[in-house]
Amino acid sequence: MGTVIETRNLGIGYPDHPVGRGIDLNVKQGQVLCLLGPNGGGKTTLFKTMLGLLSAQEGEVLLDGALLANLPRNEIAKRVAYVPQAHTAHFPYRVIDMVLMGRTAHLGTFAMPGPHDRARAQEALDMLGIAELAHSEYTRISGGQCQLALIARGLAQDAQTLVMDEPTASLDFGNQVLVLEQVKALSKSGLSIVLSTHDPDHAFACANKVAILADGRIAAHGPPAKTITQKRLHDIYGVRVTIEKLPGGQTVCAPSFGR
Amino acid sequence: MSNTQENDHRVDAQNKAMSTVRFSNATFTIGLAALVAALALGASMIGAYPVSLSELLGVLTGTAKEAGSTAETVLLQVRLPRITAALVVGAALAGAGAVYQGIFRNPLVSPDILGVSTGAGLGAVLGIFLSLPLIIIQGFAFIGGLTTVGLVYLIASRVHGREPVLVLVLAGVVVGSLAGAMISLMKVLADPYDQLPAITFWLLGSLASTRPEDVLGVIPAVIVGLVPLVLLRWRINVLSLGDEEARALGVEAGRVRLIVVAAATLMTASVVAISGVIGWVGLVIPHIARMIVGPNFDRLLPVAMLLGAGYLLLVDTLARTMAQVETPLGILTAILGAPFFLWLLARGRQGWS
Repeated sequence: MGTVIETRNLGIGYPDHPVGRGIDLNVKQGQVLCLLGPNGGGKTTLFKTMLGLLSAQEGEVLLDGALLANLPRNEIAKRVAYVPQAHTAHFPYRVIDMVLMGRTAHLGTFAMPGPHDRARAQEALDMLGIAELAHSEYTRISGGQCQLALIARGLAQDAQTLVMDEPTASLDFGNQVLVLEQVKALSKSGLSIVLSTHDPDHAFACANKVAILADGRIAAHGPPAKTITQKRLHDIYGVRVTIEKLPGGQTVCAPSFGR
Repeated sequence: MSNTQENDHRVDAQNKAMSTVRFSNATFTIGLAALVAALALGASMIGAYPVSLSELLGVLTGTAKEAGSTAETVLLQVRLPRITAALVVGAALAGAGAVYQGIFRNPLVSPDILGVSTGAGLGAVLGIFLSLPLIIIQGFAFIGGLTTVGLVYLIASRVHGREPVLVLVLAGVVVGSLAGAMISLMKVLADPYDQLPAITFWLLGSLASTRPEDVLGVIPAVIVGLVPLVLLRWRINVLSLGDEEARALGVEAGRVRLIVVAAATLMTASVVAISGVIGWVGLVIPHIARMIVGPNFDRLLPVAMLLGAGYLLLVDTLARTMAQVETPLGILTAILGAPFFLWLLARGRQGWS
């Protein structure tokens, strides 16, 4: 299993406003890395740096062993796909067109998507079980469906790694579960996924690896069961929690209210 | 498995649906083109000197009975150039509007937003103020439009750390209002009997004095602007998702936007140079086009340009026939455009898209 994405002593942020430093992470093929941490801890900045949307302030990012800083934009997009939070679009593109935009990195500068690209987009929709939405307007489907469509776009991009910025935020309970199930299924099919979340349960549910990012530094890093502990959660979030293993084998985390 | 079979059926049905949609799109575009052509023929027959259909066809096919007839002179020297100008100006303004709205992700944006129209206006007013010949006035308008957008871009590129599109639009507003102030200054200083009416008429837009050579001069410039827009039509879709997403999808957002803005500005500035400032077309027409064919730029651009062409032809025909005196185009487009825009507003959010 090769390392698909790696950060070495990475410093993130802006020249006059550093956000974090000394970040060492790596993700291997088929792994799910879940990033936990309080708001303002630097998760989004780290993602943007891993995608080459912000330049590294120090250290480096490697994609499939190649230095990200040396890669042209479309080569980055062929290696790592960005799945933003479900957003409201400004224009009512049909879902299939939205997903087809994932094919852009594979198209010539002046080209339109062809039959092969359409087939690939349709396949991505099928995989996420939203084929019937292909001709709906993106602005008229639910938040959960938008998130699935954006994941489909990431799949159509044919990149080894998907970077998802809080894919479960702003989704209702059912859609959260749906998205997490897809994350698990995709990693089983060999894709690598980096995602951030606010809910430790989500890390238990789908991640092989957890990294806790607080104040711009990696506070802990490792398998979920060893990394997410009562003491750590108390340290980062300032609340007391209980972590329990359910009879089914799943681990959950519950705040200890009023105690 | 019945489930898979069901899926296959569904996909089949969808593929069928998709091909019918595409077919009807092509048919729609061709039908629209035919309609605009028919309007153009109709418009060439009416006016202060009515021309019959047989006379019109005679002149168009070069088989007129008598060469140098009044009908021929009216058509070739006055009416056809003016009709062609209306079609080209309308198409260019609506096409540029569709581009600006897409890449600035704002349905309220129009070709005026980066100061193109005001800049071109300033150039032309300066030309009129200095009593220069018409061709130089047009040249000034063109240079004024391009310079303003260049200046706006330069200012925006010097401001870092903020949303680039917002900075660009704000810089456009600021530079545009500065140019507006200069125009007002020249209006105050201008000769009230000779120059001021010319300035006012130009700022309200008119095709009344279009000569054949104006039209021939502007068409190549519009084509030069149009070519990159057609070639980059898929990337313009991607840009409409915003800089960050476009870059994550593999598009050099800054560079592509620069090319696209330059192309749309060239189209706008070159037509404004012959028509004067005509508002609302670039704002309202792309909306209507998007309501009909959706936001995909591949389909949106041709439909917006055809609608723009047909619309400005209708308005210009009204302007030259409805009264003894020529009505400035900018007034008519505003009278028609403003209520429509209010209707969009009242229709609620979905109207924006």
